[in-house]
Amino acid sequence: MDEEYDAIVLGTGLKECIISGLLSVAGMKVLHMDRNSYYGGESASLSLDQLWSKFRAGEEPPKSLGRGNDYNVDLVPKFIMADGKLIKVLIHTDVVKYLEFKACDGSYVYKQGKIHKVPASDMEALKSPLMSFFEKRRARNFFIYVQDYEEKDPRTHKGRDLNRMSMRQLFAEFSLGDDTMDFIGHAIALYKDDSYLDQAALSTVRKIKLYNDSLYRFAGTKTPYIYPLYGLGELPQSFARLSAVYGGTYMLNKPDCEVVYNDRGEACGVKSEGEVAKCKFVVGDPSYFPGKSKVVGKVARAICIMDHPIPGTVDAHSVQIVIPQKQVGRRSDIYVFCSSYAHNIAAKGKYIAFVSTTVETSVPSQELEPGLALLGPIEHKFIHVADYECPLADGKEDKCFISRGYDAFTHFESTVDDILEMYTRITGKDLDLDNLSLNQTIEG
Amino acid sequence: MSSQGNIQPAKLVLLGDMGAGKSSLVLRFVKGQFTDYQESTIGAAFLTKTVPEFKVKFEIWDTAGQERYHSLAPMYYRGAAAAIIVYDITSTESFNRAKNWVRELQRQGNPDLIVALAGNKADLAGQRAVEPSEAQGYADENGLYFIETSAKTSVNVGDLFNEIAKRLPKPKQVAKAPGSGNVVLTRDAPAKKKQQCC
Ligand SMILES: Cc1cc2nc3c(=O)[nH]c(=O)nc-3n(C[C@H](O)[C@H](O)[C@H](O)COP(=O)(O)OP(=O)(O)OC[C@H]3O[C@@H](n4cnc5c(N)ncnc54)[C@H](O)[C@@H]3O)c2cc1C
Ligand SMILES: Nc1nc2c(ncn2[C@@H]2O[C@H](COP(=O)(O)OP(=O)(O)O)[C@@H](O)[C@H]2O)c(=O)[nH]1
Ligand SMILES: [Mg+2]
Repeated sequence: MDEEYDAIVLGTGLKECIISGLLSVAGMKVLHMDRNSYYGGESASLSLDQLWSKFRAGEEPPKSLGRGNDYNVDLVPKFIMADGKLIKVLIHTDVVKYLEFKACDGSYVYKQGKIHKVPASDMEALKSPLMSFFEKRRARNFFIYVQDYEEKDPRTHKGRDLNRMSMRQLFAEFSLGDDTMDFIGHAIALYKDDSYLDQAALSTVRKIKLYNDSLYRFAGTKTPYIYPLYGLGELPQSFARLSAVYGGTYMLNKPDCEVVYNDRGEACGVKSEGEVAKCKFVVGDPSYFPGKSKVVGKVARAICIMDHPIPGTVDAHSVQIVIPQKQVGRRSDIYVFCSSYAHNIAAKGKYIAFVSTTVETSVPSQELEPGLALLGPIEHKFIHVADYECPLADGKEDKCFISRGYDAFTHFESTVDDILEMYTRITGKDLDLDNLSLNQTIEG
Repeated sequence: MSSQGNIQPAKLVLLGDMGAGKSSLVLRFVKGQFTDYQESTIGAAFLTKTVPEFKVKFEIWDTAGQERYHSLAPMYYRGAAAAIIVYDITSTESFNRAKNWVRELQRQGNPDLIVALAGNKADLAGQRAVEPSEAQGYADENGLYFIETSAKTSVNVGDLFNEIAKRLPKPKQVAKAPGSGNVVLTRDAPAKKKQQCC
């Protein structure tokens, strides 16, 4: 421990593990520590015992749920966009060989009390009860425009400047109705509120294209989403392994670890069990830097154990349902996520459903009700409310590079953006994902 | 996926004290190489080798140094078909640590896992600290396959891996898992892009 490192990383959440891996790959000497005895921090996937000790301390998980270790329950559930940035990072770092993925079976959107498949093809759109006959044709024209649109090819812009035009204006040009805008904005572009409508149309067009590219990334998948076997907790572990393979040192179970500052207030090491490891800078999640982050929001989540799939999803083993805010008179969407033993996250026959949303009132559990109402009978339910924290400074002064907290609202695209941005702040260089090409295999 | 007659992939993990010779054993087996100053091989901790006689393709996970402070992730053990626990015959300490690794594995509770105990550095018989009879006795009590090896001279290295290959259960016809199938992520460009979304 009494050694000198380039970087000390605190916390083994997904972001910290990816950063740690990238810094090690870049040739830095990295020490990575966690106060817990397990990897993942808030992005760990919990066994039943861990779940119970977190939410039902003192009680035992019921025997009827089967083997506790068959469960890998995420605290921050998310699917991965099949053509998104996280996939790029996984592939270019070769971390992908440590993981197995399965597609998500269903993508649904809530409208007037019922859930509908998010149309995934022209045929589905034509059959979809989401839109009237004429609206379908207008929507089809809109999608053709978006699909043909290439940022670098002005001919495909058809005279529209999507950097200046708002999304609301673009929708209006295709005469799309409110309900159609709702499902495109929330179930395809995946916006959590309506502020996107008054911003430049380009970013929404990009998001729709990402959905589409992800949908067709792999043959035969029915949604743009994929999810790892054994839960998202596998992701930090596999990036930690990447870091270790490139020379990173791992120490877990350091409950007392604490950043040490020099007299200029710069982080210069980490202390644990009376020893100090020196370093040039420290990276970590907000919990390791008291007073250096502020709470900017709250997320409410319900974790539900069930013995059946969500009704109306054609028995899908994994599914996402978006409940657009307007449908239930809110300012932010409600998300339902369900996965099952098919992804090895629960014992045979069991399903785990999650309902989450941004907290808007003083009774967060009530805000989840519209999502919970879709699930059918629930065997066990845990509700928790988590703060979303952001760093106060960029780390250049105090040598503390702090990630944004583990919030459900930053999905993987923005998770990766935060990581790439931190990487640039730390190293002064941009990471070119396309030119990163590692191979960790030796073949005999 | 693979039917009878095909080569069956088998994940094999290495465990044991730092310096026992895990990386050296694997490199000897996979590449036929050995160096006295085995620097931890940066950037490579995943090795593959096919044993055609037993129709097995070993996918070997080396510890990447994460054994040092006992920070191997559960992912490391996940889905392993076999584990080799390595100790250094010149170090009683490393043998005791090997026993801890055995207990650790037993806690993971996979009854089908094939576990081998390798007493490595057998070429250093002059400095021997652990008697083979003691290790054999321990292995018998715990249902492990025991062999002494030398990554340096390559003595018994092939036998170690071959014995594991031989003991691997024959591929079972597994029932199709529910839900969508696995997707395989490769460096290749996306399969196909359909022109229109809806
Ligand atoms: C499966 C799934 C689960 C979600 N779970 C929650 C949740 O529990 N709580 C919550 O508040 N919000 C959740 N969301 C919503 C999401 O996190 C954002 O709130 C929403 O995408 C809008 O974010 P933004 O305005 O910050 O857009 P930006 O930061 O600009 O990014 C949005 C972009 O990310 C892409 N994207 C969205 N979700 C994902 C994903 N999961 N993986 C990869 N790419 C993605 C979108 O297509 C879009 O291009 C979930 C979204 C998805 C798809
Ligand atoms: N004499 C001898 N030395 C060995 C043998 N195997 C490994 N070593 C040496 O022991 C040291 C540690 O080996 P290494 O493979 O890095 O061990 P690991 O930490 O378990 O992966 C290196 O200096 C090797 O050269 C062996 O069979 N005989
Ligand atoms: Mg080694």
